[in-house]
Amino acid sequence: MTQEKIITAKNMTKKFGHFVANDNLTFDVYKGEIFGFLGANGAGKTTAIRILCGLSMPSAGEIKVAGFDIYKQNEKIKKNIGYMSQKFSLYEDLTVYENLNFYASIYGMQKNEIKKKADELLEKLEFSYAKNKLIKDIPLGWKQKLAFSTAVFHNPKIVFLDEPTGGVDPVTRRQFWDLIYQTAEEGITVFVTTHYMDEAEYCDRVSIMDEGKIVALDTPLNLIEQYKVQNMDEVFVKIARK
Amino acid sequence: MSNSIEISSLTKVYDNTKALNDINLHIKKNELFGLIGPDGAGKTTLIRIIATLLLPDSGTITVENLDVVKDYKSLRKIYGYMPGRFSLYQDLTVIENLNFFATVFGTTVDENYDLIKDIYSQIEPFKNRRAGQLSGGMKQKLALSCALIHKPKVLLLDEPTTGVDAVSRKEFWEMLKNLQKNDITIFVSTPYMDEASLCDRIALIQKGKILSVETPENITKQFGKQLLQINSDNKYKVLKDLRNYEFTNSVNSFGQFLHYTDKRSVPEVQSIKNYLNEKGNSNINIKEIMPNIEDCFMDLMIEDKN
Repeated sequence: MTQEKIITAKNMTKKFGHFVANDNLTFDVYKGEIFGFLGANGAGKTTAIRILCGLSMPSAGEIKVAGFDIYKQNEKIKKNIGYMSQKFSLYEDLTVYENLNFYASIYGMQKNEIKKKADELLEKLEFSYAKNKLIKDIPLGWKQKLAFSTAVFHNPKIVFLDEPTGGVDPVTRRQFWDLIYQTAEEGITVFVTTHYMDEAEYCDRVSIMDEGKIVALDTPLNLIEQYKVQNMDEVFVKIARK
Repeated sequence: MSNSIEISSLTKVYDNTKALNDINLHIKKNELFGLIGPDGAGKTTLIRIIATLLLPDSGTITVENLDVVKDYKSLRKIYGYMPGRFSLYQDLTVIENLNFFATVFGTTVDENYDLIKDIYSQIEPFKNRRAGQLSGGMKQKLALSCALIHKPKVLLLDEPTTGVDAVSRKEFWEMLKNLQKNDITIFVSTPYMDEASLCDRIALIQKGKILSVETPENITKQFGKQLLQINSDNKYKVLKDLRNYEFTNSVNSFGQFLHYTDKRSVPEVQSIKNYLNEKGNSNINIKEIMPNIEDCFMDLMIEDKN
């Protein structure tokens, strides 16, 4: 993790009619950081992620993602980020390789580069034997790991993960976090939401949203100390039950 | 206490996959029973068979002495069922949904109001709002109210807390605990291991097989190895170093800590510390702890594989 800022948000606000979904959010995310983005259902997390991914315009605020202005350069932002959610997975009727090839082509990677990188990736994951298997025929845990690897295949500056481990078995969930750590070590920033509070403790820093506002932002250990509790689960309960 | 649900030698096959493989479970009357396992373990298939919505390939299930295949009509009257996907009428209001389900079961909201009062009163201020416009937590409360409005004997809940935040999940389990006072058998599935502690008994399920059925306390007592909790200045480095340590049996991340078991019958804490210091780690703390359900689940998963 460095001091180079990869996301800067100043007074980010999003209104739907009279409802303020994001209320003056100000925060920075650093290069290579694992940034946990927490909050209760309906706190405004999805709205904020959609803005940061260039999919929705804020009502007000100054926001830069990967060095690009959210208002004027949102197409450039899309090229420099990766995205994965629990629901979005890969195309079931394409093979493992066809999926990688499809996404990489969309991001403008060259054929020979894709082929080389795909082979390297599958070897690293010890999944080469499944290169030509259809996605629908591989286990769920593998799908999630592949979906993540696909989201960072074009070497984005930031990857957004929206509840990537929901429902995944405890062993695979930890393998998934190994991938996240490796990715962050390579300098890719990881912006992640989760309902597992043990996973919140794997992040370098976490923010907690409540009713459209960021009410806490610090390292997990500092938050645990500040709220005089034992773990992030208790921090979350204290904040959300206020 | 007699049994409410009896499952014997139940098997269900899809294509070539055994979704459920020789399941035997006995759930007592008035028990809060948790079926715990990841996606794809077979939880929904099992609940749908109990709910009479899917036929078993072999084996039998009786619920309150009624057979799920032959007596499905009678059974449906005594079930309250909350499927995994939100399945109320999005275009009806809160109160319209509730009235609809009461009417279908030949009763009224007033007649059984006592049973749903604690839950329903939390969403009653929004009773004229359409169900589709409720927040996730409120939808869940409405779905539970609708499942309860005919005073069922058996409540079947398929992953009611999936995708729900940590606080709302706790509140939901408190509601279930309260409901138990009303003589209802509650069978609930979840992928969240930390929810197990609130159940009377739990079954751990993985790849269509039951790994263990016990009270949460007994499952953790059966762990059988000394479990050490380790933390340091750089947890990820310690994790990588311990993976290459000759005496490591298992090492897993648990939030800010690592959980570790040793190949030796009694782990030597000092020798582990020395090894980690040699590798350049600092501020190493090691202490023995009690395993939690997730420790046990992972242990049983690996045992099952071997």
